[in-house]
Amino acid sequence: MTINRRTLLGAAAALPALGGLPFRSARAQAANTIRIGVLNDQSGTYRDLSGPGSTQAVQLAVQESGIAAKGVTVEVVQADHQNRPDVGSTVVRQWIDRDGIDVVVDVPTSSVALATNTLVREKNKVFLNSGAATSDLTGAQCSPNTVHWTYDTWMLAQSTGGAMVRAGGKSWFFITADYAFGHALERDTGNFVKAQGGEVLGAVRTPFPGTTDFSSYLQQAQRSRAQVIGLANAGGDTINSIKQAAEFRITRGGRVKLAGLLVFITDVNSLGLEVAQGLVLSETFYWDLNDKTRAFTQRLGAMPGNIKPSMVQAGCYSSVLHYLKAVGDMGVAAAKASGADAVARMKAMPTSDDAFGEGTVRADGRKVHPCYLFEVKAPGESRGAWDYYKLLGTTGADQAFRPVADGGCALVRS
Amino acid sequence: MIENLLFELEMAAPQVILGLVNGAFYALLSLGLAIIFGMLNVINFAHGAQFMMGAFVAWMLLAWAGIPYWGALVLAPLLVGVFGMAVERTMIARLYKLDHLYGLLLTFGLALIIEGVFRNGFGSSGLPYAPPPEFGALDLDFDFLFLPGYRVWVVIASAAMCLLTWLVIEKTKIGAYLRAATERPELVQAFGINVPRMMTLTYGAGVALAAFAGVLAAPIYSVNPAMGANFIITVFAVVVIGGMGSIMGSVVTGFALGLIEGMTRVIYPEASATVVFVIMAIVLLTRPAGLFGRG
Repeated sequence: MTINRRTLLGAAAALPALGGLPFRSARAQAANTIRIGVLNDQSGTYRDLSGPGSTQAVQLAVQESGIAAKGVTVEVVQADHQNRPDVGSTVVRQWIDRDGIDVVVDVPTSSVALATNTLVREKNKVFLNSGAATSDLTGAQCSPNTVHWTYDTWMLAQSTGGAMVRAGGKSWFFITADYAFGHALERDTGNFVKAQGGEVLGAVRTPFPGTTDFSSYLQQAQRSRAQVIGLANAGGDTINSIKQAAEFRITRGGRVKLAGLLVFITDVNSLGLEVAQGLVLSETFYWDLNDKTRAFTQRLGAMPGNIKPSMVQAGCYSSVLHYLKAVGDMGVAAAKASGADAVARMKAMPTSDDAFGEGTVRADGRKVHPCYLFEVKAPGESRGAWDYYKLLGTTGADQAFRPVADGGCALVRS
Repeated sequence: MIENLLFELEMAAPQVILGLVNGAFYALLSLGLAIIFGMLNVINFAHGAQFMMGAFVAWMLLAWAGIPYWGALVLAPLLVGVFGMAVERTMIARLYKLDHLYGLLLTFGLALIIEGVFRNGFGSSGLPYAPPPEFGALDLDFDFLFLPGYRVWVVIASAAMCLLTWLVIEKTKIGAYLRAATERPELVQAFGINVPRMMTLTYGAGVALAAFAGVLAAPIYSVNPAMGANFIITVFAVVVIGGMGSIMGSVVTGFALGLIEGMTRVIYPEASATVVFVIMAIVLLTRPAGLFGRG
């Protein structure tokens, strides 16, 4: 890395686009301006799968929505929540109270997402969640102001967990990140395993963030004699778990299988195919899935860090595109006046975009679309950079997510 | 009764060994910090970033120049050490006359900048670095435990490096100069020894130790820009417990705390991230200068 005058100048020029807050002069035309705040991890373990790439995806959605032609201006700002609920809440509060933000987008890290969920509902704005996993966002804590777009813990449990149980993995032991997300993923997967006649032998809760050595936990899991070690963690935790499981030959002899319950393509890239090959995982978007996803990836252009878009980033694109369609449909004034009305309009319209195809937003706020079960290719099978997955199976949109009736969402109790 | 005991032992043995591996990293990193603090009176907050640089340089050497692990183990500490010396010459050297706090703030800022630069260049999710295959011969395979040969090597290499550093400082002429320069820099300079250059070399050596630990860590942990930040807070606790600037203290405490942390992972995993700090609080309350510090 060298820093020369050109990169410095480039960085200076990029600053206003990258962050900070809307300029005061923009306030004057507030009536026909939609303000979108992308809140995610800009500096930690989830940066690559969300981070500035999510903002880039949102900007593409704004461009392609054609909303500018209707005289509506859209401003996009971004902030770092550092995976901490207190930091996230402070940003959201400032955004809404001081800066007139209408929509909060992305928000990975379930604990931060749940805090944002409550705040946005209180202020009657819109929350388009792409990054967080907890199925509570459309269950016990569902909100008329929130749409949960890309994936959730129930979906992962059914898809990856189901595939493992079908392959004979009846007894499970979990290595769980000790916060809202890990607990939800462990709970949903455990319930699913038990419903299929399997059993959960135990779990170990690992401090988050801050755990780098998982070898001790892996050995505890191995000693439990479980057939499947379920990794209820994400990002750097998953990478370290899988890397160290390979190092300790946890899966040798084929008696124990490793289930990465939430593995993103950026994690696979980080692990390298040598270590990651054979891993079974679930995603709702893969850049190389079909012509439309490839075209979307092409249009997105070069991403920060030269990565391919993750499903979270694709979800940011898709959700903002759909929201802006709803705004175009109902008018800016009405959309700004009530976030709940805007979300209701989103639920009334079918969704369609290159990243996820056709879909709908359910009454409980769950966006539904197909879920894909992938296997990571061996180094010999990969044809080039980022050619990582082969498709094992597809769960249809109607089957991929938890049935509305089972979620306990108050919005759908009649 | 005896069977029970054997079972307990069987449970505990792997954790003791895994704890030692982590302790090896704590020892190496806190040793570097102790040397820098002891000689330069600088609290080097950039130590985690320099550890991370060691791992990244190892990756770059392999990916860009085809230089394997063994080459990296020698080259990466040298390169990062030279970087450290440049930093010392241009920035840190100006702060020696000021309060500790300024050195801490400067190196903390440096750490943030270095991490940011690597994050922009390489992303946050990390890069793959495979353990060198030749360690397969060292694999320890008991029926209750499989211990990869590479981890055995980490403990050996770290212990050897700690011993070597201790020998250099305590038993050689250069070490004697260094210790003298710490106590009475003006006097040592009056004897014709170039003290500023010695300071630079000392900082470089401390940084090289961090980079050496980084190369050792690359095959085990995800090579990512935050890998040092995860370690450094714990390592500071180790240094405080051992006694600021105490070489022996940092090494012994490093290994010991690795062990304690390892045991906590079995007994109550949720507390494994905090146990070191609980110990630190207790030590500070009872022995403010640390276990091996001269109060």
